[in-house]
Amino acid sequence: MSANLSASFYLVSGVLFILALRGLSSPETSRQGNIFGIIGMVIAVGVTFLSVGNFSTGFIYVLIFLAAGGSIGAFIAYRIPMTAMPELVAGFHSLVGLAAVFVAISAFINPGAFNLGEPGNIKLASLIEMSIGAAVGAITFSGSVIAFLKLQGIMSGAPITFKGQHFLNALIFISIITLTYFLCSTQNSNLFWILIGISFLVGFLIIIPIGGADMPVVISMLNSYSGWAAAGIGFTLENSALIITGALVGSSGAILSYIMCKGMNRSFFNVILGGFGATEQDTLNKTKEQKPVKSGNADDAAFLMKNASSVIIVPGYGMAVAQAQHALREMVDTLKKNDIKVSYAIHPVAGRMPGHMNVLLAEANVPYDEVFELEEINNDFANADVAFVIGANDVTNPVAKTDPQSPIYGMPVLDVEKCKSVLFVKRSLSPGYAGIDNDLFYKENTLMLFADAKKMTEDITKNL
Amino acid sequence: MEIDPFIFRLSIFILSIFVGYYVVWSVTPSLHTPLMSVTNAISSVIIVGAIIAALANNDTDIFNSSSLYGYFAILLAAINIFGGFLVTQRMLAMYKKKKRKDK
Repeated sequence: MSANLSASFYLVSGVLFILALRGLSSPETSRQGNIFGIIGMVIAVGVTFLSVGNFSTGFIYVLIFLAAGGSIGAFIAYRIPMTAMPELVAGFHSLVGLAAVFVAISAFINPGAFNLGEPGNIKLASLIEMSIGAAVGAITFSGSVIAFLKLQGIMSGAPITFKGQHFLNALIFISIITLTYFLCSTQNSNLFWILIGISFLVGFLIIIPIGGADMPVVISMLNSYSGWAAAGIGFTLENSALIITGALVGSSGAILSYIMCKGMNRSFFNVILGGFGATEQDTLNKTKEQKPVKSGNADDAAFLMKNASSVIIVPGYGMAVAQAQHALREMVDTLKKNDIKVSYAIHPVAGRMPGHMNVLLAEANVPYDEVFELEEINNDFANADVAFVIGANDVTNPVAKTDPQSPIYGMPVLDVEKCKSVLFVKRSLSPGYAGIDNDLFYKENTLMLFADAKKMTEDITKNL
Repeated sequence: MEIDPFIFRLSIFILSIFVGYYVVWSVTPSLHTPLMSVTNAISSVIIVGAIIAALANNDTDIFNSSSLYGYFAILLAAINIFGGFLVTQRMLAMYKKKKRKDK
């Protein structure tokens, strides 16, 4: 296959990938979009086989590795519970990063295969692109591994900070640039290995200081990095499909990071520099413990809801942890039978990744036109009878609107307190991830339901 | 003077960033999780580089070090491609509209 023809086909796959993302503008077109993505991938892989044109023994091994990876991927895709999506995505990002590193290494060892020159005499531009691809890939890999460990709970979600952290990071960044410079001038392979090693370290160092509540930003950011890594390799291989995809994924992740940061009213750098909520937690806990709290049981909650005419449900990460989405849907079904209007309010940073809550509700067969974003539904709280907060906390905290001293001041929150009554399902009075006490707990019209979210929801359903 | 092909690739890159910017802003927030999984799947198109690397050698020397990295990259990228697209498909299949006769 001629180089021009294959380049045209790569362009076609690039366009199909754009259409795949375009499809996600609405749930109706999204499935078709995903098909476009798959076709794009098939074309890209097929064209690569034809353009290499080497159907020897090696080709069989390629198919074996492809099939092995494919079966592992398919197995994971079908078995993974929807609550574990953040971990899965973090894990997948790490694989893209590592694959980028491997391709870069391979191109470095055997540049002839990619028409980049000979070992020890690689074209300057290619070498720079390769180094960028490898470095960003390595950062994505180790960063995603840490994110994965934190999300899985293998590693503590608490931010890990130490003295001189920022200084060390700055030093490493400078050394990466210096190394790339010397690598390009000397073509010394040792420098290339050191560069990759240091980049692994960077990924590790930039993710450990970031706390659990900031995971939505971290995942989006790593998503973006994986795109830039792919684009870097795309430049090296002079492949337009990779360049287009890399740019798409890179900007997609960047936009998601931006949306997540905005949802928390924090600047991107503030998140990256980390250590959020680790400082003020202790003092705040001590001062507020004495306030009276009204707590109730499933019976009280059922009574309140039965007499309501409209209920707004506010799900959060706690619902995912308790796997309460199905029980919740059953409760809502019962409410609807009693002619009670029910809608769902989703905060942009509810859960551990963008759109996390929406997927869980969709899994529980909640129709997506009953689920609303913050701006769409925030005015409705004033007219609703009951707000049912299940596993959310900081995103409902009115302190974000009233107290300029609060670390979450200015963060957009759901106006839950405007409801006639608020039901708060929570295991204890502990503060949320931001480490701030929620004033809502002590309000006159709030009823705390101390229990596991799933069990409480089931009990309420029984009492309805 | 002839224009360096690098400039053309750079143009593709920059324009794609803009395309990505506008396309992603039009993605509905409720589909942000599928967006992440599908972007993850498509970024594994890096497999094309892995295949080239793996097949760069002739029959006598299938597993030399450079092609070995290629094979591993194929494995990783294949996990991502299949896993990413299938899990996206699985998620998207769950997004349903309200059934009018829901009793």
